[in-house]
Amino acid sequence: MENLPRIVAVLLDGVPETVIAAAGGILLTILLAFSAGLALLSEHRLLRAISRTYVEFFRGTSEVVQLFWIYFVLPVLVGIQLLPLFAGVVVLGLNHGAYGAEIVRGAVSSVPKAQVEGAKALSFSPRDIRWRVVMPQAVLEMLPSFNNLFIQLLKSTAILSFIVVSEVTERGVQVLVPNFGDDIVLIFVLMLLIYLVLAVLITAVMRWLERIGARRLGRRPSASARTAAVAAAH
Amino acid sequence: MGWDWNYAIAILPEMLGALRVTIEITLLGSLVALVLGLVIAVVRRARIPVVDQLLWAFVEFVRSTPLLVQVFFLFFVLPRFGIVLGAFAVGVIALGVHYATYTSEVYRAGIDAVPRGQWEAAAALSLPQSRVWTGVILPQAVPRVLPALGNYVISMFKEVPLLLGIGVVEVVNKAKELSSETFRPIEPYTIAGLLFLALSLPASILVRRLERRRAAV
Amino acid sequence: MQPSEPMIVFEGVEKRFGDHVVLSDLDMTVAPGEHVTLIGPSGSGKTTILRLLMCLEKVDAGTIRVGGRYLTHMEKNGGLVPADERYSREVRKRIGMVFQQFNLFPNMTVRRNLTEAPTRVLGLSKDEANARAEELLDLVGLGDKIDAHPTQLSGGQQQRVAIARALAMRPDVLLLDEVTSALDPELVAGVLSLLQDIGKSTDITILCVTHEMGFAQDFSHRVMMFDGGRIIEDAPPEELFGAPRHERTRTFLQAVSG
Ligand SMILES: Nc1ncnc2c1ncn2[C@@H]1O[C@H](COP(=O)(O)OP(=O)(O)OP(=O)(O)O)[C@@H](O)[C@H]1O
Ligand SMILES: [Mg+2]
Repeated sequence: MENLPRIVAVLLDGVPETVIAAAGGILLTILLAFSAGLALLSEHRLLRAISRTYVEFFRGTSEVVQLFWIYFVLPVLVGIQLLPLFAGVVVLGLNHGAYGAEIVRGAVSSVPKAQVEGAKALSFSPRDIRWRVVMPQAVLEMLPSFNNLFIQLLKSTAILSFIVVSEVTERGVQVLVPNFGDDIVLIFVLMLLIYLVLAVLITAVMRWLERIGARRLGRRPSASARTAAVAAAH
Repeated sequence: MGWDWNYAIAILPEMLGALRVTIEITLLGSLVALVLGLVIAVVRRARIPVVDQLLWAFVEFVRSTPLLVQVFFLFFVLPRFGIVLGAFAVGVIALGVHYATYTSEVYRAGIDAVPRGQWEAAAALSLPQSRVWTGVILPQAVPRVLPALGNYVISMFKEVPLLLGIGVVEVVNKAKELSSETFRPIEPYTIAGLLFLALSLPASILVRRLERRRAAV
Repeated sequence: MQPSEPMIVFEGVEKRFGDHVVLSDLDMTVAPGEHVTLIGPSGSGKTTILRLLMCLEKVDAGTIRVGGRYLTHMEKNGGLVPADERYSREVRKRIGMVFQQFNLFPNMTVRRNLTEAPTRVLGLSKDEANARAEELLDLVGLGDKIDAHPTQLSGGQQQRVAIARALAMRPDVLLLDEVTSALDPELVAGVLSLLQDIGKSTDITILCVTHEMGFAQDFSHRVMMFDGGRIIEDAPPEELFGAPRHERTRTFLQAVSG
C-alpha cells in the first residue's frame, strides 16, 4: 500500500494519451460515420458501393490486424511511418466509423416517410428536407447507440499498448507490473477504475446531449433508449 | 518491397494453424459466454436483493472496461491465488466472461419480450419453476435473440487477437512472429486480415439472413 | 392565367402501382375558388389524386396542369418532357396539403413549423413569417401555443396547426386528405367548422377527401364519386346526396350513413 502514490502517478501519466486517443478516435468516428452512413443512403450506386465496401471491410476484420497493418505494413508499402498515437487514432476512427455508418443509416431511414412528405408538401428543397427535417430527428435517435460505440472505442484504446503508446494499459502492464509485483491487484483495480471513470464521463456527456435533444423535441428522454442502445451495440 | 506470392504461399499453412487456435478459442469462449450469460439473466430475473445489485454492478463494470486489461488481470492475478492456467485457458475465460455480460442483456431482452400471459398460463398449470423456464419461457425467448447472440460470437472472433498480449499464438501473433523472423510484414498481416474477412463476412451475412427471417415471421 | 382558365386540369391521367391500375384515363377540372369533395370506397384512388397533385407520386400517362402550368411536365424545345424535381417544386409552391396524420415536424416548435417553409422556400423575412404565423394561429384558435412543441398538443390542436402551416404558404390550392379521420370524435366538429370558416373567408381552391358526408354537403360546390379508378358521378352536393343517379353511388352513400 505504501506504493499507492507511485502507482497512481504512473497510471495518471498514461491518462492524457488514452484521452487523446479516445477523443481523436471519436472525432474521426463521427466524421466517417456521417459521411459513410449518408453515402449508404445515396442515390449514386458508386457512392453506395464504396461506402458499403468500407463498412464491410472494417467490420469484417479485427481491429488489432488493422492497427498492425497500418503501423507495420503501410510504412513498408508507401514509406510513411505514422506516429504510434496517430496510427492508433486513425485505426480507432476507421474501425468505429464503419459501425457508426450503420447507426447513421439506420437512424435516418427510421425517420417516418410521412415527415419527408410533409416537408415536400411545403416545397422544401431536398437539401432542406435532409438537414432541417430528417437529420435533427435522426440525430436524437442515434445518440444512445453512439454512446455505446464511443465506450467500445474507449475500451479499444487499450490495444494501442501493442504499438507502445504510453497510455494507461501500457503504463500498467509494461511499467508497473514488472516493478510492483506485490501490488498487482491494486494496479489492475486502479487501471480498471480509470477506464470506468472515463466511460462514465462519456455516458454523462451523451445523456446530457440526449436531454437537450429531447427537450428540443418537446419530449422526455425515452426509457427505451437504453434497451435500444444495448441491442445496437456491436 | 512488394507482394511475394511464394512467401505468402509458404507461410499459409502456419497461418491456417494459428487460425485454428483462434477458432477454438472463439468456440470455447462462446460456450462460456452463452451459458454464463443465460445464468446471469435468469438469476437477475429473480431479483434477489443484494445479489441482483452485485450482478448489475459486475455486468456494468465488465462492459465498461477494456477486455485487454481484463485479460492481463486474469493472467497476472489468478496465479497469486494459486490458480495456474495457461494463456489459452485464460483467454477463453476472459473472452467468455466479458461477452457473458453482453449476452446476459440480450437474453434479458428476449425474456422480457415473452408475453406476460405465458407466465400466467404456466402458473395456472402449476408447472414447477424449472419447467416454466425450460418448457415455456426459454424456448420462446432464445430463438428471438439468436441473431444478436450470433453477432456477439462474430465480435468475439475478431477480439481473439487481444490474447497476443499474453502470448497466445493466434493469427495476428503468428503474423507478428513470422514478420519478425523474415522482416517481411506485408504478407503475414495481409493474410491475417483476409482470414478474418473470409470467415466473419459470410458469418455476418448468415446472421443477417437469420435476422430477416425472424423479422418476417 | 386567364380568368376563365380552370385551376386544376387532369387530362387522360393514368396511375399504376405495378400491375394494379389505380386511375385510368382520368379527366377532371376544378375552377378557381371551387370546393370539390372526392368520395368513394376505400382504395378507389382518392388519396392518389391528391398525392399526384403534390408530386408525391408520378403519373404513368396523361398530364396535370395547375393554374395553367404543367405540373407533371415541362415545356422544352416546343415539346413536353417529364418535369424535373426543381420545376415541380416551383409549381407545387402554389399547392398546400393537410394530411390525415398531421405530419408536423416534431423537432420544431409550432412557430418554426409555420415559419420554416415561408422563410426557406418563399424567401420571407423572419418578421414577415412570424407575423403571418401569429395571425394564422389566432385564426385557428391556438395563439397561445406558438412556442409549444407538436408533441405537447392534442390531435385536434395538431391538425389545426397543420392547417395553419399549409395556409402560411398562401397556396392557391389546398388539398385535404381525410383530415379528421385520425381525431377523437369530440374534436372533429371543431376542425370541420374551422375549415368551413376558411372556405368562406378565402378564395382558395379546395380539393377535399372526407367521409364526413354532412360536412361535404355544406362545404362543397361539387362532389365527385370515385369507383374503380374513374369518376362515376360528378354533381353539386344537393343532387349527388339528394338524388344520386348512379346505383353504385346510392349503395355507397347508404353504406357510409350506416
Ligand atoms: N405506394 C403504393 N404502392 C402500391 N399500391 C399503392 C400505393 N399507394 C396506393 N396504392 C394502392 O392504390 C389504390 C388506391 O389507393 P388510395 O390510397 O388512393 O385509395 P383511397 O381512395 O384514398 O382509399 P382510402 O379511402 O382507404 O384512403 C389502393 O388499392 C392502394 O392499395
Ligand atoms: Mg386515402
